Amino acid sequence: MIRTEKHSIYIFLVTLLLTAPQCLAQIIEVCAECEVKNIQQGVALAEDRDTLLIKKGEYQEFNILVDKPISIIGEDFPVIDGQEKGEIFRIVSDNVRIQGLIIVNVGVSYTTDHAAIRVVRSSNFNIENNRFENLFFGIFLERSSKGVIKGNRIMGIARDEYNSGNGVHLWYSNNISVSDNRIEGVRDGIYLEFSDTIRIHGNESRRNLRYGLHFMFSNDNQYTNNLFENNGAGVAVMFSKRIRMTGNRFRKNWGPASYGMLLKEINDAEINDNLFEENTVGINIEGSNRIIYKGNQFVRNGWAVKVLGACYTNRFMANDFLYNSFDLSYNSNINDNIFEGNYWSNYSGYDLDKDGIGDVPHRPVKLFSYIVNRTPETLILLRSLFMDLIDFSERVSPVFTPDNLVDAKPKMRVVQ
Amino acid sequence: MLKILKYSFKDLMRSRWSYVYFLFYLLLGFVLLFLNNDLSKAVITLMNIIVVLVPLISTIFGIMYYYNSREFIELLLAQPLKRTSIFLGLYLGVAGSLTLSLFLGLGLPFALYGLFKSGDILNFSLLIITGSFLTFIFNGLAFNIAISNENRIKGFGYAVLLWLFMAVIYDGLFLLTLIVFEEYPLDTFSLVATVLNPIDLSRILILLELDISALLGYTGANFKAFFGTRLGITSALLMLMFWLLIPLWTSIKQAKRKDF
Repeated sequence: MIRTEKHSIYIFLVTLLLTAPQCLAQIIEVCAECEVKNIQQGVALAEDRDTLLIKKGEYQEFNILVDKPISIIGEDFPVIDGQEKGEIFRIVSDNVRIQGLIIVNVGVSYTTDHAAIRVVRSSNFNIENNRFENLFFGIFLERSSKGVIKGNRIMGIARDEYNSGNGVHLWYSNNISVSDNRIEGVRDGIYLEFSDTIRIHGNESRRNLRYGLHFMFSNDNQYTNNLFENNGAGVAVMFSKRIRMTGNRFRKNWGPASYGMLLKEINDAEINDNLFEENTVGINIEGSNRIIYKGNQFVRNGWAVKVLGACYTNRFMANDFLYNSFDLSYNSNINDNIFEGNYWSNYSGYDLDKDGIGDVPHRPVKLFSYIVNRTPETLILLRSLFMDLIDFSERVSPVFTPDNLVDAKPKMRVVQ
Repeated sequence: MLKILKYSFKDLMRSRWSYVYFLFYLLLGFVLLFLNNDLSKAVITLMNIIVVLVPLISTIFGIMYYYNSREFIELLLAQPLKRTSIFLGLYLGVAGSLTLSLFLGLGLPFALYGLFKSGDILNFSLLIITGSFLTFIFNGLAFNIAISNENRIKGFGYAVLLWLFMAVIYDGLFLLTLIVFEEYPLDTFSLVATVLNPIDLSRILILLELDISALLGYTGANFKAFFGTRLGITSALLMLMFWLLIPLWTSIKQAKRKDF
């Protein structure tokens, strides 16, 4: 009994010794009445692993260089006002945490990309629960890795594309988690370029001037449970490999050049269980190969899927196509993609053997969609009796649409 | 005129065909709403049907009624009555009863499925308004044909041809023109071509109201700019009014000159 007690005391002492350096880390308070009046002063005073506790108040500061591993934590959301003079935080050290601040008035510049928080060549950073208003760029990562961007609220008032920036901007950055952020009113909500193995989860990107999500040359990324709504041009993803998109919602991207999702040169991707609702074009596919589309719902879109060309061995399985003006549009009569086991709301076949699969194959491409591709003006004949008649005759004996493009096993009931 | 209107209206209300027409719409409304509870979806489907069926039924019904009441008209003509009031009365009686059937037949199921609580009431009323316009327009056209053709078979033939032309052939020619002249800017042309056909005009009007406008892309921008505004809707309705008044005017003119 006594022995074991002694034992535990030793263990306690050893633990204490090991953790001692951490206990030495100080908390430096910053407020108008404190010894340290502003953040810049605080950062200069701080040692490694210290915490700057910013009290409630307004701090008019910009160009704050964070060059040591410290935590900057706001209490009751202090306001950092950049007075539109330039960038506000620049992080050039590993292990930095910025939390609970309201950052406003980032300067707009036509020559440099000023950001509310810029992270340069650093890793293990945490940017959490901040609010950004009246900004140019929000969070800008440059050649950084292993960070977390979580629970931030970015509210821009962007009006023109040429003088606005992106909400979350990743450039040559890897292994980052971007989750639960709310981004509105900027140019591109989330922007990635040359950034691999990123996890984008649970974000809401709304009413942005251009794209809700925009990425290029970014491979092996995961996009899960995000919401992209009412963005100027929807979501555009280009030149990337092995991406996975699951459980996202793409809604209400209405406009002459607006897409729920625009895929260009995307290869070996998985696009599962997403919802595309009320977009002019649900998915616009161009030059994308070996993609699996499974369990997605396309509801009330103008075009659910628009295939523009050079798309090979894609598979569409168990998706729901509900009340779209056009379910599928092709601009040629060559098809190398597979459609199987989807539900089509305008399927007109029957199921005599009651196995839940229609006995007659379904042809999702209408002749009218082919005509509209050729001459866009003809769209004003949408829903006219003449069009229904020629669609019917084309369905009976296809001439202009790919004749091997059929769903041989259309579902009789909604899949999801 | 009012007496004749009242008489022909009552006569039609008692006739089997009005009931059939009314029951048809009633059934259609209920079945549509039963199959999908979504009101706005049902409005779109209904639009497809109304834009095609209402002109057909109005034309056929109008011409049938005229030929059937031929003797009655001759009797009235023997009385000291103005020709204008006789024909106007008959016309309004037929068109009115058809509109009433349409309104009640579709209104009842939609009202029962909670139209007044939903935001679709505007779309629905637009549907009913265009439906009524189409009824009046095609009734007028039918009267035109009936008055100028003594031969019933010929009259029916022309009536069916008229419907076929407006509902199908016109769009075919329209499409052909668009494809043949695809190199040229066609915005103004398509706007004019739409306005010149009441069926197309009603179709586009409803399509734009149902927020499909963005789907129309750049072509649609032109249409939205024209029809999407209050001015556009008003001018479209005015155009439909023209379509209503011109056949009516010509048929009355014909009736005045005709030697019965």
